[in-house]
Amino acid sequence: MLDRRDFIKAQAVAAAAAAGGIGLPAMAQTSMVAGEDASLKWSKAPCRFCGTGCGVMVATKDNRVVATHGDMQAEVNRGLNCVKGYFLSKIMYGKDRLTQPLLRMRDGQYHKEGEFQPVSWDRAFDEMAKQWKRAIKEKGPDSVGMFGSGQWTIWEGYAASKLMRGGFRTNNLDPNARHCMASAAVAFIRTFGMDEPMGCYDDFEHADAFVLWGSNMAEMHPILWTRITDRRLAHPHVKVAVLSTFEHRSFELADVPMIFEPGTDLAILNYIANHIIQTGRVNKEFVDKHCNFRLGQKDIGYGLRPENVLEVRAANAKDPTDSKPIDFDAFAKFVSTYTLEYASELTKVPKERLLALAELYADPKTKVMSLWTMGFNQHVRGVWVNHMVYNIHLLTGKISEPGNSPFSLTGQPSACGTAREVGTFAHRLPADMQVNNPTHRAHTEEAWKLPKDHLPGKIGYHAVLMDRMLKDGKLNAFWIMVNNNLQAAPNTEQETYPGYRNPANFIVVSDAYPTVTASAADLILPAAMWVEKEGAYGNAERRTHFWHQLVTAPGEARSDLWQLMEFSKRFTTDEVWPKETLDSNPAYRGKTLFDVLFRNGNVDRFPVSELNPEYQNDESRAFGFYVQKGLFEEYAGFGRGHGHDLAPFDTYHEVRGLRWPVVDGKETRWRYREGLDPFVKAGEGVRFYGNPDGKANLFAFPYEGPAEVPDKEFDLWLVTGRVLEHWHSGSMTMRVPELYKAMPMAMVFMHPDDAKARGLRRGSEVTVASRRGEMRTRVETRGRNKPPRGVVFVPWFDSGRLINKCTLDATDPISKQTDYKKCAVKIVAV
Amino acid sequence: MRAIHLAILAVLPFCVPALLSAQSGSLGGSQGGSGIDAQPKRLDDPWRPPVNFVDENPAPPIPADVTDDRRVVRNYPEQPPVIPHNVRDYQISLNNNQCLTCHSRRFTEGSQAPMISITHYVDREGQTLGGVSPRRYFCMQCHVPQTVAQPIVPNTFKDIDSLLSRPSEGGGHQ
Repeated sequence: MLDRRDFIKAQAVAAAAAAGGIGLPAMAQTSMVAGEDASLKWSKAPCRFCGTGCGVMVATKDNRVVATHGDMQAEVNRGLNCVKGYFLSKIMYGKDRLTQPLLRMRDGQYHKEGEFQPVSWDRAFDEMAKQWKRAIKEKGPDSVGMFGSGQWTIWEGYAASKLMRGGFRTNNLDPNARHCMASAAVAFIRTFGMDEPMGCYDDFEHADAFVLWGSNMAEMHPILWTRITDRRLAHPHVKVAVLSTFEHRSFELADVPMIFEPGTDLAILNYIANHIIQTGRVNKEFVDKHCNFRLGQKDIGYGLRPENVLEVRAANAKDPTDSKPIDFDAFAKFVSTYTLEYASELTKVPKERLLALAELYADPKTKVMSLWTMGFNQHVRGVWVNHMVYNIHLLTGKISEPGNSPFSLTGQPSACGTAREVGTFAHRLPADMQVNNPTHRAHTEEAWKLPKDHLPGKIGYHAVLMDRMLKDGKLNAFWIMVNNNLQAAPNTEQETYPGYRNPANFIVVSDAYPTVTASAADLILPAAMWVEKEGAYGNAERRTHFWHQLVTAPGEARSDLWQLMEFSKRFTTDEVWPKETLDSNPAYRGKTLFDVLFRNGNVDRFPVSELNPEYQNDESRAFGFYVQKGLFEEYAGFGRGHGHDLAPFDTYHEVRGLRWPVVDGKETRWRYREGLDPFVKAGEGVRFYGNPDGKANLFAFPYEGPAEVPDKEFDLWLVTGRVLEHWHSGSMTMRVPELYKAMPMAMVFMHPDDAKARGLRRGSEVTVASRRGEMRTRVETRGRNKPPRGVVFVPWFDSGRLINKCTLDATDPISKQTDYKKCAVKIVAV
Repeated sequence: MRAIHLAILAVLPFCVPALLSAQSGSLGGSQGGSGIDAQPKRLDDPWRPPVNFVDENPAPPIPADVTDDRRVVRNYPEQPPVIPHNVRDYQISLNNNQCLTCHSRRFTEGSQAPMISITHYVDREGQTLGGVSPRRYFCMQCHVPQTVAQPIVPNTFKDIDSLLSRPSEGGGHQ
């Protein structure tokens, strides 16, 4: 066999040489250009894709990126990238980059049904400002909104938050991170009083066991998977448990593989808690000193429209967040019904595997790292399931020390750094503060130098609610930045597209490429991307990392930061602030929003002379001050001194990122434990200082089923997700030829017997249909994903095959995050 | 603003379909086109015009894998080479890695397959090992097979060589 390959290969080379009419040696042209590399400029940057936050080195020449590779000095990846990361060089060079604003026009005027025409930035912002002012005048500030992203740089998210809350006085600002990790963020706050993991990636080199809760790290976090693989293969005692609703690539490394019924992870976790208690392995000292117990609200509905029968029927759909204190005994009694037998019956997982899994947590000698992403977070009980994994780590005291680590992974490069830390959610302010807390608002008003009682206290529309409000005509001027929501949102045909094309609404999309979302907009603004601007991201392990602008954006493309700040010049306070505010604060009269938000003495306090002369900085040159530094330093003021401490701006340009809190120049790898975290005082041991009493909260919740389950007609579970080669909606990776060719189309992965039962086989063209919409694709029965009977998997990267026409807009009622993992579909031959 | 862009943008709402039609000559579904029968439509075109959001795209057949065993030049030194042969049902598990049965050092004489890069014998600490580093175990995190599918959007990336060897404005080579 090997000989045959060898033979074929030799033949091919000879044939090619013969066809070219040249001898082999002549094919090799000039062998080397002397000093070739010396003419390149190498600079550091974080990867543009997932939340892992790998470091890359970027080579530029003549204002173009010509090469990239994994940064040897980056602690996260130490020289490695995944296939997407290795092709970063090409993401900015898709031929169809947007280079000019495009406005729908008819007869020289904006027209909702017009065709896209190139216009100047001035014309674009004129129309946009006109639409914003009209909406605010007619219906008030809550008729405007913005949908941003965990791909915003830190200062872009911060500028957006200032513009929406401080400028337009609405909290209708949400990131697509709502679709991604809202459940994780909410559970962090409810459990620890502070967002984000206590541990870090160093846990990978310390743990004895890894448990993947629904996560397919082999494809979605490949570089972190290399660290687990390294640990597992080099240390034979290490165990890997992989839990999912279908078999995927991470199962290749699994010691304890487990396919469970969709949604029953809740029962598995309660069983493990019960097992720990029943076998006497509760760390009593830890629990007594550091934990509170609460009984959560049950029967909380599914976050659908309130008139939906499932919401009407749910007992507690109106107050899903309620809970009351209980003690350990009550907690133990609550989980006692989750026996091995019951869990096995419900989940369809063999008992011995459940027991093996439970022992990884129960055995005090095993250091265990739990890892999860969308399997947990995109879950109608996403907050519960996050709480439940903390429950088992807290019961055993396996937390906040090297190797013992419940670790919530993120899917976007700055889901933590921007969406969460800056606070671009409809309910959040910087440094974990909340918009509905008057003290937090007052503090923010002071930091932003805004009038007292100026910031709105009403929580804004979350992602799914924005779509509903657009459709219902209550949200009328809407700006979408750095995301592709018409491809990403759930139930797009019924709930998203109608709102974008609603004649009452004006939709603006800022993007680098013409996405599906852009195609449904009224105005498209061309965006600079990645190293076309100076940026900062925060990864999943609290690492803040910076990069310089390395090349110029094409044509008239501008960064989101420039767009946000320039647009703010189009509004005066008199136009958008209440008369009473200006009457009692006359100093703010007659100023533009740019003046009050960005010319406020903080943001504009660093001159352009502080720019590194080695690098471009288009925004700072445009506005006349070091914009990024001013925004960052004002923002960092929110967190310094109480556990969110960020280093000085300039430091981050020197280092490969630092994990906050950064105190006295030192990063913090593990939080909440004495000796590791500078905020825990001597003698305290462990202190969860995000909560006033220093304790973490365990919650008792039951198993409750999904919003929609397969029935006779729609007889299959649909699970959606990603693949290795494409990142999110594929707007970047589908333009890289090698990635496109590796995975050109989203197919439906299904069990061969399920295909056969429907008269289908690999390659059959089919319609995937739910009660809400349908899409056409081909059947794949022998691909990398191997669903059990009754389950199909479809990735969502392919804009030619929009699987989110089928998904259900059911959310976790607490976090408002969509469940993209569980709805019912049927599959029929075309 | 370059004139060519203006010209393209003025004609069609998006430059992609314009480019595509020039390429394939079979782009359909322009604005107002009512469904798939109106015109022959490029089936794998992901950038559908807005009026067609509610239409369904027929799915093209699954493209064949590239299996010609021909090496493809890398875009830059650290680009992982793509896989030019079939890898269907290759077994990679805790106990077995089928890729290494040809590409690891000791088998390359028999297989005449390229030996995996020496970088793959270096561990996280930078030490070179006697065998493949465990962190490099799952080959297809970086090396991917290719299908014959043709990218919809051309990519204008230029590699180092084309920039270095290009004539400079003053004549000669940079």
